[in-house]
Amino acid sequence: MRHEVRFSGFGGQGIILAAVILGRAAALYDGKHAVQTQVYGPEARGGASMSAVIIDDEPILYPEVTVPDIYVIMSQEGFERYGAKAPAEAVMVIDSDMVEARPACRFVEVKATSEARITLGKVIVANIVMLGAVVATTGVVSDAAIEKAVLDSVPKGTEKLNLAALRKGMELVRVKKP
Amino acid sequence: MSRVEFMQGNTACAEGALAAGCGFFAGYPITPSTEVAEHMAAKLPKRKGVFVQMEDEIASIAAVIGASWTGARAMTATSGPGFSLMMENLGYAVMTETPCVVVNIQRGGPSTGQPTLGAQGDMLQCRFGSHGDYSIIALSPSSVQEMFELTAKAFSLSERYRVPAFLMGDEIIGHMRERLTIPDSVEVAARRRLEPGTLPYTAGEDGIPGFPTFGQGYGVHVTGLTHDERGYPAATNPRLHEKLVMRLVHKVESARKEMADYVVTNPGAEQVFISYGAPARSVFQLLHDRPGEEIGHLRLRVVWPFPEFALGEFPDAKTFLVPEMNLGQVAREIQRHTDVPVIPVPRLGGDLHPPAMLAKALEASR
Amino acid sequence: MSFRDWYRADRLPTIYCAGCGNGTVINCALHAVDTLGWRWEDTIFVSGIGCSSRAPGYIRTDSLHTTHGRALAFATGIKLARPELHVVVFTGDGDLAAIGGNHFIHACRRNVDMTVICMNNWIYGMTGGQGSPTTPRGAITTTTPYGSGEGVFDLSALAVAAGANHVARWTSYHVKELTNAIDAGLRTPGFSLIEVLTQCPTAYGRRNKLREVSDTIEYLKTHAILLQRYNRLVAEGKPVPEDMFTVGEFVRRNRPAMGVPP
Repeated sequence: MRHEVRFSGFGGQGIILAAVILGRAAALYDGKHAVQTQVYGPEARGGASMSAVIIDDEPILYPEVTVPDIYVIMSQEGFERYGAKAPAEAVMVIDSDMVEARPACRFVEVKATSEARITLGKVIVANIVMLGAVVATTGVVSDAAIEKAVLDSVPKGTEKLNLAALRKGMELVRVKKP
Repeated sequence: MSRVEFMQGNTACAEGALAAGCGFFAGYPITPSTEVAEHMAAKLPKRKGVFVQMEDEIASIAAVIGASWTGARAMTATSGPGFSLMMENLGYAVMTETPCVVVNIQRGGPSTGQPTLGAQGDMLQCRFGSHGDYSIIALSPSSVQEMFELTAKAFSLSERYRVPAFLMGDEIIGHMRERLTIPDSVEVAARRRLEPGTLPYTAGEDGIPGFPTFGQGYGVHVTGLTHDERGYPAATNPRLHEKLVMRLVHKVESARKEMADYVVTNPGAEQVFISYGAPARSVFQLLHDRPGEEIGHLRLRVVWPFPEFALGEFPDAKTFLVPEMNLGQVAREIQRHTDVPVIPVPRLGGDLHPPAMLAKALEASR
Repeated sequence: MSFRDWYRADRLPTIYCAGCGNGTVINCALHAVDTLGWRWEDTIFVSGIGCSSRAPGYIRTDSLHTTHGRALAFATGIKLARPELHVVVFTGDGDLAAIGGNHFIHACRRNVDMTVICMNNWIYGMTGGQGSPTTPRGAITTTTPYGSGEGVFDLSALAVAAGANHVARWTSYHVKELTNAIDAGLRTPGFSLIEVLTQCPTAYGRRNKLREVSDTIEYLKTHAILLQRYNRLVAEGKPVPEDMFTVGEFVRRNRPAMGVPP
């Protein structure tokens, strides 16, 4: 089963890192195939940043995202550029602190930025909160795989914080589920 | 124990170079190749290698050639505009038979063009871009794993044949991340030493002279001028110049079979795609999506010297379709070698050929 | 050994014109490396393109005769890859300051451990006498037939400003001083520029009222002013004679350098 996951936000939110971690979880710890790509613009901060991961049980031949079935959106501009046209069958995880609009497809709201800032004390881990939320929502990779991938991707000394952020994201979604 | 990584193509390229024993890197920042330099900057000093950021790409390739004469396996990495700047000194490397590896992560041109998007527009520049007649070696990776493998292979070929070897990548493969298996060790051909008592530019039967490493008492003179077997300038001797240039070309062209590296799928097919680099991925997808049809695919991992005999792997071919992210640069070469109609499938703009586009070309050619 | 033993005997005579100053400069350089006790096996001569750059071809060491203007970049690769080798570059005013100008200032900035000997004859000799970045204002060349109207680079001042550890200027007349300056350059860790003003009777002299070889030598002798004397005149508020150029050691310092053997 091929999944195409699209991340969008503004530069500096860690949109690319989130995609890399998800791809790493699939490719290294879930025994699946993964290709991670991104859109490069001249801006390093601000703008609308986009990254993507394709995850498949089979080898991935064509590496470009065609029709994403999972969206992770962290800014209003990111929504407008990369999320507004999400097909009805897709699912979108939205940082409801940052995105006003809502899509036509199924969506899950996560207050990732405020949770990161207030509960976790570091706004910078909002992307990891979102990663936890997307895994809890879709099961696109296993919990064990994403934990390992987070641990070996984040700077030394921040493992505990990032793991807490990941679990917080998972918890926010799972509590909501009936 | 080999190790498994989830790595970007450009980083995999740098890892391939390190595995091949690259000890010297000189470069200049340019999108979309910069990650190669950044990884070398981080890794080389820790293994007693040398990384230096030069003032431009002309200086970068010059420093690489200088380092190579001390015996170092040396490399630079760049993209379109920087590649253009390197052309004169690349001719110098050809003329002086200096092993060196040049990575080009191709982006859209001409000029500044599309710095962050992929292309294959430099395939003829790498073959013919410096002045004069010569031959070189060029490899094109289609995956992150091949960014590693073919970079290492480029060192092997460059060291063996004493000619610049080009890793002609593209932004798509350079910037994507995939699983990469890094083996414990990589076998790389060593430069053959010059036998004492032999003139420095007296070639063996294979057309390749032994290498007189600087600082070992050879007292060799190296010049970009037309030179005799002693290495001395002899720029006004017509026949000597002709013989030298013919040898430089012949040592590469006569080894086409030995260097050839390609993958054949469905050799009985009548319609055959020929690809290299990123567009191969679109061909893979098309063949996967149409399992009942016999569609051929010749994928070139070594593009130059061009393995024209590989076309014979498809004896029933009625059409060769050549998807390239340029206006048909290698298609033109294929045309020179076959009576089978060659149909270029060009794609400009920076994104890959969608498989549907290839399907359409396939239908149109029937 | 003597400096003669450093020559590649089977390549002599050189291509230089009768009366050319380059042979004098090469002799001084080889005398300096020989006196210093350097081994030819450990010494690499590098050059770009032009008359000056033919020099390494006449020397028995390993030598790299490279592309126009790029000698310093090639030399940087050699020196950083094998710091234990001695690297000496021969270049000219066009090679170093025009097409190679950017490599020149960056090699000074990096302070790469090498000695660069620039034969500055104010002209492109090999291509037949075109103006260069050091051609004096008013001088006649084939590309300035009505007299050069461009400004002039002071190569030594440029090297000092760009960070070289050792910079000196002499002329082909001052063979003792030149040899000593090269010796100081060879000994100084980091980048050393020795600028040598030298005669090109064929391409420069005959167009600029310096027809005889001795005319330019006489000019170099009479127009060179020792740096110390120049500084004293300036300090005392006395007038410096017109049309003089300074010679001597402009700087010798110990800034951090690259490619210095451990």
